Amino acid sequence: MSAILFLIVIGIIVAAGFLLIFIWAVKSGQYDDSYSPSVRMLFDNEESIPDKEEPLKKKS
Amino acid sequence: MELQKFTYDNKITRLFMNATILWGIVGMLVGLTIALELVFPLMSGGISWLSFGRLRPLHTNAVIFAFVGNGLFTGIYYSAPRLLKTPMFSELLGKIHFWGWQLIIVAAALTLPFGFTVGKEYAELEWPIDIAIALIWVVFGINLIMTTVKRRTKHIYVAIWFYIATFVTVAVLHIVNSINIPVSLLKSYPIYAGVQDALVQWWYGHNAVAFFLTTPYLGMMYYFIPKAANRPVYSYKLSIIHFWALIFLYIWAGPHHLLYTALPDWAQALGVVFSVMLIAPSWGGMINGLLTLRGAWDKVRESPVLKMFVVAVTAYGMSTFEGPLLSLKSVNAISHFTDWTIAHVHIGALGWNGMMTFGMLYWLFPRIYKTQLFSTKLANIHFWLATTGMLFFAIPLYFAGFAQSLMWKEFTADGYLKYPNFIETVTQVIPMYGIRILGGTLYITGVIIMIFNLIKTANAGTFVATEDDEAPALESHASVIDKGHRTLEGKPLLFTLLALAAILIGGIIEFVPMFMVKSNIPTISSVKPYTPLELEGRDIYIREGCYNCHSQMIRPFRSEVERYGDYTKAGETVYDHPFQFGSKRTGPDLAREGVKTGPLYKPNSWHYNHFFSPQKLVAESIMPPFPWLIANELDYSKISKKISVMQTLGVPYPEGYANQAKDELLKQANEIAQGLRNEGIDVTDTKEVIALIAYIQRLGTDIHRTDGSSAFTNK
Repeated sequence: MSAILFLIVIGIIVAAGFLLIFIWAVKSGQYDDSYSPSVRMLFDNEESIPDKEEPLKKKS
Repeated sequence: MELQKFTYDNKITRLFMNATILWGIVGMLVGLTIALELVFPLMSGGISWLSFGRLRPLHTNAVIFAFVGNGLFTGIYYSAPRLLKTPMFSELLGKIHFWGWQLIIVAAALTLPFGFTVGKEYAELEWPIDIAIALIWVVFGINLIMTTVKRRTKHIYVAIWFYIATFVTVAVLHIVNSINIPVSLLKSYPIYAGVQDALVQWWYGHNAVAFFLTTPYLGMMYYFIPKAANRPVYSYKLSIIHFWALIFLYIWAGPHHLLYTALPDWAQALGVVFSVMLIAPSWGGMINGLLTLRGAWDKVRESPVLKMFVVAVTAYGMSTFEGPLLSLKSVNAISHFTDWTIAHVHIGALGWNGMMTFGMLYWLFPRIYKTQLFSTKLANIHFWLATTGMLFFAIPLYFAGFAQSLMWKEFTADGYLKYPNFIETVTQVIPMYGIRILGGTLYITGVIIMIFNLIKTANAGTFVATEDDEAPALESHASVIDKGHRTLEGKPLLFTLLALAAILIGGIIEFVPMFMVKSNIPTISSVKPYTPLELEGRDIYIREGCYNCHSQMIRPFRSEVERYGDYTKAGETVYDHPFQFGSKRTGPDLAREGVKTGPLYKPNSWHYNHFFSPQKLVAESIMPPFPWLIANELDYSKISKKISVMQTLGVPYPEGYANQAKDELLKQANEIAQGLRNEGIDVTDTKEVIALIAYIQRLGTDIHRTDGSSAFTNK
């Protein structure tokens, strides 16, 4: 089953790539703060959101 | 710190949004058509490009790559710039990406119904389109990664992580699975054969589900649900953990599509173990999505957007629970090859991808058009139509799957198959197919209502082409706001990316053939390559999409061996470029169709008449008629080229065989046609049906060959 060996190699390359990104992410402090990012994203470009969260009915 | 001003481009979001809607309705209507064809098999009216086998790949490709594809691009092109506080890297790349992707879709629609297909599920597109997909995907990737590089937020929000994983992995999957050697502009053979091809294909197939249908949509879930509910995600920590766990586990789960097949046991076990583990990160996502609505469930009552998101995430949770379940060998023994699989994927497609997309569209339109949704009531009606439609689709098919499987496996007290005639197991589930049509119709009706609602919304508002925003520069860039420098900073990464792509492609092209060709050495000495006529017949089998309804893989169960003949061995498939195991048995398995002493054997004349009109021979058959096979002249002009490509792939035809292939082909065709003429059938030698009969009668016969003769050399 040479194909599976090949896939394992490719799989490990992909996984290793993700591992490196993961290590980079941790080292560069991406995950130091695991709370405020979830809140901060709510306050983007507020101005573009229409006044009401949900529409009431069609405009006349 | 100085605030930098920049704008978000809504034009590209709008383009992708409209494409999502357009291809969504097209893909679903094709789906409805083929669902109808299973109940009314004569519906295709003898028109080749309307037959089930040709349209089913169009349906799956349209829904996956056109509908969900444009849907995920919509989500990414809208959310990524806002999350990263920068416009997309390049408007031009965005445009190339958009139009390139639409051209690919059009090319798919113009090739698949006309039989130009590689014959591997969800990877059917021929090699020029495959190359275009790879190029456009890289354009998308550069645009996404460079946007990340240019970001003004230090922290990369979790949604972006999901988007990056999507780009990287889909690129690798697509390239590895699509290495084909061309015969002509629209015909190629995969480099892998048989069991190996099956393994690579399902490694791709399963991860297409994972990284095309799941990860980008999870990213969108992490953007649009918090936005729509105005609540932060339940646990940001959980989102990070389940992201990394998900991408590390998913890539190994592919072999669960090949349980009990000729794939080595240890590879199957590997697939099962990783599939079971996948429950954890998958449910991490579902829990996080649903709990984001904690304390906000009152909003769900009022907002059709949130309702759709809730059903979407629930459907995601259900199908990712069902998936590991189906990966257990004991469950898979029942579910595999039945309509259970179809029900399973539609919970994912209609529930998860569909509802997420609809929710997103209802949220985006009012914002991009700076107005309110035309009608909340209509959106609610859509929600209920979609939800009930999905249930009316899936539940009957669960019943159908169970019924099929139990009937296939049932023995009488005397030890005979209770339903030896396959057609009995088909007629049993036809009513379920009927209810499925109802479900699909409800779902599509909902989409049509949505389109009306969204058009009205767009007309009522004015399109906001660009939105202004401002943010401080990212600290590391703060000292050098100079544009030129920043581009330079980005370039090493770009080069790394391109280099990686080059290394991967180059390495794969050199390395794989060497690797694969060696393994083509047959392990069963009586298994020989196909004759030229059989090879042409096989290409017709692939062209007509027979694999969409017929498997070629007898599993080692008593019920299957009894019904179809000896179970399939890996060594029997070594010359199958591509493999044709199939994934569902709407019709019977064909792996040993040609074995004269087998339970399925039929003479040539039976096949001839059956292709012309299946219903004449099996009154209740739901196979469409194939009159064009009878009428069309076989085009064997490329047979020499085909043989030499096969030789390149390691199929041991004798030296110089390509030159005598045409004569061999005509000789065998004459034998078969003469036999038919002797039975009173008026047929000339070189009709397509002759080649297909030659192939069908070869299926599974090699291990029964006793005289040691070769099938293709002059006797």
